[in-house]
Amino acid sequence: MTVLPEVSPRRRRTDKIMRGTLAAGTVLALIPLVLVIYYLIKKGIGAWSGDFFTTDPNGNFLGYPGGIKSAILGTIEIVAFATLISVPLGIGVALYLTEYGKQSKFANLVRYFVDVMTGVPSIVFGLFVYIVLVLGHVGGSGFAGWKGGIALALLMLPIVIRSSEVVLLLVPASLREAALALGAPRWRVITRIVLPTSLTGLVTGVLLSIARGAGETAPLLFTAFGAQVATANLGNQMNALPLQIFSDITSPRNEVVTRAWGAALTLVLMILILNVVARAVARRSRMA
Amino acid sequence: MIPRDTQKTDPAQTQQPVRDKEPVEVSDSPAEEQQDVSTRSQDGVTAAGHNVVLTDLHAYYGSVHAVRGVNITFPPNEVSAIIGPSGCGKSTMVRCINRMHEEIPGARAEGSVTLDDVDLYGDNVDVTSVRRLVGMVFQKPNPFPTMSIFENVAAGLRLTGTKGVNMRERVHRALRAVGLWEEVKNRLNEPGIGLSGGQQQRLCIARTVAVEPEVILMDEPCSALDPVATLKVEELIDELKERYTIVIVTHNMQQAARVSDTTVFMLDGELIEHAPTDQLFTRPKDERTERYVTGKFG
Amino acid sequence: MLERSPLRSLPDQVLKWGLSALAAGVLILIGYFFVRLIGQSSSAFSHIGVLDFFFRNNWDVSQLQQGAACTNGGHCTFGAWALLMGTIITSAIALVIGVPVAVATALYLTELCPRRARGPLSGLVDLLAAVPSVVYGLWGVFVLIPHLKGFQQSFANTFSFIPFVGGTVAGPSYFIAGLILAIMILPIVSAIAREVISTVPSEHKEAALALGATRWEMIRIAVLPYSRPGITGGAMLGLGRAIGETIAVVLVIGNSPTLGHSIFQQGYTLAAVIANEFGEAASTPLHSSALFAAGLVLFVLTLLVNIIARRFVIRGVRGKATSGEGLLVEIETEPGAAPA
Repeated sequence: MTVLPEVSPRRRRTDKIMRGTLAAGTVLALIPLVLVIYYLIKKGIGAWSGDFFTTDPNGNFLGYPGGIKSAILGTIEIVAFATLISVPLGIGVALYLTEYGKQSKFANLVRYFVDVMTGVPSIVFGLFVYIVLVLGHVGGSGFAGWKGGIALALLMLPIVIRSSEVVLLLVPASLREAALALGAPRWRVITRIVLPTSLTGLVTGVLLSIARGAGETAPLLFTAFGAQVATANLGNQMNALPLQIFSDITSPRNEVVTRAWGAALTLVLMILILNVVARAVARRSRMA
Repeated sequence: MIPRDTQKTDPAQTQQPVRDKEPVEVSDSPAEEQQDVSTRSQDGVTAAGHNVVLTDLHAYYGSVHAVRGVNITFPPNEVSAIIGPSGCGKSTMVRCINRMHEEIPGARAEGSVTLDDVDLYGDNVDVTSVRRLVGMVFQKPNPFPTMSIFENVAAGLRLTGTKGVNMRERVHRALRAVGLWEEVKNRLNEPGIGLSGGQQQRLCIARTVAVEPEVILMDEPCSALDPVATLKVEELIDELKERYTIVIVTHNMQQAARVSDTTVFMLDGELIEHAPTDQLFTRPKDERTERYVTGKFG
Repeated sequence: MLERSPLRSLPDQVLKWGLSALAAGVLILIGYFFVRLIGQSSSAFSHIGVLDFFFRNNWDVSQLQQGAACTNGGHCTFGAWALLMGTIITSAIALVIGVPVAVATALYLTELCPRRARGPLSGLVDLLAAVPSVVYGLWGVFVLIPHLKGFQQSFANTFSFIPFVGGTVAGPSYFIAGLILAIMILPIVSAIAREVISTVPSEHKEAALALGATRWEMIRIAVLPYSRPGITGGAMLGLGRAIGETIAVVLVIGNSPTLGHSIFQQGYTLAAVIANEFGEAASTPLHSSALFAAGLVLFVLTLLVNIIARRFVIRGVRGKATSGEGLLVEIETEPGAAPA
C-alpha cells in the first residue's frame, strides 16, 4: 500500500510565508495610490468652487489667492501645441519604420535612439529648449508658451513613435499586399489602408502621450516659465497646472497650498480621464 | 505513517538493478525485482508495484467536457499506452493522475483517482505530494534552461532537502538509469539545454526518476524527437517498466505497439477499448477502434 | 503602358524621402542636443575643472553674491560631489525599496492572484505611473514628511549602529526622496517584470510542479532564474527614471548642497539643483554653465543606464521579446531540438 509522502512542514511554511509576502508586496504597492487619491480628494475638493475655475491667480498677499483658470487654459494650449507637433512627426517616423525602413540598419538605429530618448529625463528636454530657443532668442526673446510646447513635444515624441509603430505593425501584411497587387502606389496604400485600419490604435497612443505630457512640470519651468494671467497667445509666458502646483507648494499661505491641492486634483482627474478614454478606445478597436 | 522522504534505505542496495546497467538481464527474475520495488517504498507492505485506478473520472476546461466518465486500472510494471485522435482527452486524462490538469485556469476534475488505496483527490491530500509519487515527462523536452545537467536532475531532490554525497549518488544513478551517464559524465556542469533533443528528453526522464516516484506519466514524450532519439527513449521506457507503473500518451500507433503491454483507445473523452496491445491492434472488439487502428478513421 | 512614369511615382518618392528625413531628424536632434549641452557646459568645466566638478564637495551659491566664485583658494565653488552623491543615494534607496516590491507585485499578479482580479489589480498598479511627479511632490511635502518624521526618528535611533542611519532626522531628506522615487519607479519596474515573467514558458513551470514543487518553489526554480535578466533590465530602467526625476525630488529633499551625514538628512541631487537654482543662475554665466554641466552629466548618466538596461530588456514594448538577450537566444533556438 502506498503512503503519500508528506510535504515537510518547513516547505509548507516557506510556501505559505512566501505567498503571503508576495501578496503583501502587492498590497504595499497599492497603498501609496490609495493614500495619494485619498489626500487629493480630501484636501483638493475643498478648494473647488465656481471662482476656482474662473479666476486667475492674483498674487494678493491677503484674501482669496485666485483660482486656476490661467493654469487650466495654459495646460490645454501648451499640450495642444505639443500634440500638434509631436503627433504628425511621431506617426511619420513610425510610418517610416514600418513601411520603408523595416529591419534595415538605419531603421534599427532610429528605433534604438527613440527607445533611448524615452529614458532622457524631462528636465533635460527643458534645458535643451532653453538653450536653443530661449537663450537663442528664437521667435522673440525670453520665455514663451510655445517653447514649453516644444519641450513637451520632444518628450511626447518617442512615446508617440513607439506606440504608433506597435499599432502599425498590427496591420496585416496581407491587406497591404492586396492593395499593392491592385496597382495602388505605396502612398495610397498608406493613406487609404494602413492609416485608417490602425486609426483607433494610433488615437490610443496619442491620448496616452498627451496624458503623459500634461503632467510634466520640469520641461516647462524655464520655457513657458509660468504666469498669472490667462493668455491665448502662445508667444507669451504661460501658466500651466503643474507649474501652478509647483509654485503654490512652497507658499506659506494655507489658501495658496489649498489651491495647489485643488489644482492637483484637477490635473489628476484630467489625466485619469485621458487614460480611461484611451483604454476605452483601445478596447473598442480590439472588439472590432 | 512515516514520511517517505526522510526514510531512505541504503541506495546502493535498493538500486541494484539500475547500477548493473543491464536491467534487462536482471528482469529475468521478476520476483526479485518486484521485491526490490516494495522494499524501496518502505511501507512495510508486500504488494509489489503500484496500481493506478481511475473511477468515473470527468475532466472539464470551463464548460468543455474533455474526459467523460473514464474507469480504468493501470497495473504495475506495465506500460499502458493511450491512443486516440487529437482532442480525444488522452492528455487531459493523464494529467488528472498527477493533478496537473487543475493547474490550467478554469480546469477541474471529478471522480476519483487512487494510487493503490490512496485517494489522490482526497480532502487532506497535498498536490505536491501527489506529484512526488506520480512523475511526469512532457511532450517537449523541458530541462530548466538556467540549470546545469547536474542541477536539472537534482532539482526535484533539492526540494526535499537531499544534499551532499547522497544527492550526488542519486543524480549519477538517475543518469545511469536513463543511459545518459556515459554521454554527459564529463560535462555535468554544462547547461542542460546544450544537449540534443533526445538527450534533453532523457535528462528530463532522469529528473523524474531521481525523486523515485511510483508512477511515471509520459505525455507524447517522443513527439519532438527524431527517430534515433525516439528509439532510445522507447528502449528506456521498456527498462523503466521493471520498476514503475508507466502510462504513456502517444499519437503514434507504431510506438504504442512497440512499447506498451496494454493499450487504451479513447474517443471524444470516452474510453472505447482497453485491451492487451496485441489484441487491440489485431483483433479490436469495437468497430471504432478498428477504424482508428487501421487508419480508416475520420 | 508599363514604363515608369516619373510623375506618377513622384508622390511615392516624396513620401519615402520625407519620412526618411523625419527619421534621420530624430537622430540629428539627439546629436544636436548633445553638442549644445556640451557647448553650454564647457565654460563650467574649463573654469571649475572636470575633476573638481565631479569630486569637490563645495557647491556654494552664497559665494557668488560676494563675487568670489572662483578665487576661493583657486577652486570655484561648483564642485558637484554632494549633488552627484545625492543622486546616487536617492536612486539607491529607490531601488532597494522599489524593486523588491515591484517584483513581488509582478510575481503575485502573474503567478498567484485569482485570474479575475489580475486585470483590475494590474491596472491599479499601472495607475501609479499616471500620477504626475509634481503631485507626488505635493503629497510628499504635506503628507509623507510630517507623518513619517516620528517613524524615521525611532528607526534612526534603533538602528543607529548601521552606517548613515543614526543621528537627528530632518523633515525633508534623502530617505523621503528615495521613498517617493521608489513609488514612482514601481509601476515601470513592475510592468516590465510582469511582462518578462509571463514569457516564462509554461513547460518550465509544469516541469517544476510535476516534480512536486510547491507554488513558491516553482517560482524559485523555474520562474525567477528564467526572468532574472529581464527583471534586471526593468530595474535598470527604473534606475534611469530615478536618476532623472526632478520635480518630486526638489520638493522633498531639502535642497541643501552639503552632503548629509545620514539618509535622514537633507541633501540635493543633480536634477533638483537645476530646477531649484535656475532662476537665480540666469544672471551668472558660470552658475548657469555649472547647471548645464549638471544637466549634461544627468543626460549621459541616464543614457548609459538606459543603454545597459536595454541590453537586458530588448525592445520593451515591442511585444514579442521583452526578455533578456540570453532569453531571446533561447526563444529563437527553442523550436524543436536545441543546438547540440
